[in-house]
Amino acid sequence: MVGGVVTKVGSLDSNKTGSWRSFRPVIDREKCIGCGLCKKFCPDVCIEIKDKKAEVDYDYCKGCLICKSVCPVQAISSEEEEK
Amino acid sequence: MSSEVISSGHSACAGCGEIIGERMVLEALGKDVIVCQATGCMEITTTPYPRTAFKVPWLHVTFENAASAASGIVEADRKLGRNTTVVAIGGDGGMMDIGVRALSGVMERGHDLMLVVTDNEAYMNTGIQRSSGTPKYAATTTTPAGSVVPGKREWKKSISRIAIAHGIPYVATASIGFPEDLVAKVKKAQGIKGPKLLHIYTPCPVGWGYDSSKTVYYAKKIVETGLWPLYEIENGKLTISQRPTFAPLEEYFTGQKRYKHIKPEHIKEVSERVKAGWKELEKQEKAGVDLMLLP
Repeated sequence: MVGGVVTKVGSLDSNKTGSWRSFRPVIDREKCIGCGLCKKFCPDVCIEIKDKKAEVDYDYCKGCLICKSVCPVQAISSEEEEK
Repeated sequence: MSSEVISSGHSACAGCGEIIGERMVLEALGKDVIVCQATGCMEITTTPYPRTAFKVPWLHVTFENAASAASGIVEADRKLGRNTTVVAIGGDGGMMDIGVRALSGVMERGHDLMLVVTDNEAYMNTGIQRSSGTPKYAATTTTPAGSVVPGKREWKKSISRIAIAHGIPYVATASIGFPEDLVAKVKKAQGIKGPKLLHIYTPCPVGWGYDSSKTVYYAKKIVETGLWPLYEIENGKLTISQRPTFAPLEEYFTGQKRYKHIKPEHIKEVSERVKAGWKELEKQEKAGVDLMLLP
């Protein structure tokens, strides 16, 4: 007896949580050293390291700014989102 | 975007520490895994039927029986000659309170599975009610701080000590603030036969009332103060993973609304307990006592 079965793995990615955000993390590509600490701690798995630079997927980023607080070279700043 | 084990789009709160812990554990275990999840934040935020954020086989039954369900899977796997890692994972509510009988049962029966407690120190999913994992003096909706009673009156329960009392081969504590240590412990546990338990500290910005960007700050700070010792107990032998600098407890309490009412005498009491606790830990490590043999 099985209650409910979900067969499509990772299907919750249709839920775009970027609309939750009040503050947007902005990455300074000049300062970023691509260490990946922000990616390691991102609760929303929405940071990738591409060409040794961090990139945020704003479709999902909820704007918690953990990335900003763990960045060892202060390469991440934040901007208030406009309505 | 997503990781190998979990996709974006889950509805865990901004700055959630528990989902960071859950992902770190599952990424360390690899794809050949079956996850049994207790009811709690990690169930409702990842799997609103008929969708899921998980990319690995995942099962939710009820609040209390994640560990029992996992033990059934382990035994079925064994019969089929499979060698999949089975992990039962739940919060402090699901593993330390409501699911503690199932947890105790699988440890006593000796099933070959991983037990993971992602501890955010209260029932956050239902609205911040106290659990046996809530620390002394923390305010929750069921232990409010007033002029007479300063939050929760009881000390936090030690699930790792309860686990080792079952004589299981591996017990460890970890914090998401120290991911290398956490991942090393998960991988070590995966290679050990029998029940093994990991108790992971996962801060909760909403339940504790702090700014969402400070999740990792608190996950590191609690270890530095000595309030959350990082250790492992392998075959009864205790090894301390990291010695704290005994940073002032104020650095940890400040900025959390649940401790807004805390007074110097409370901090002194907690601080004395931390020091006494560490003395005992170091004594046990040095003496090499077999903790499994303690009656």
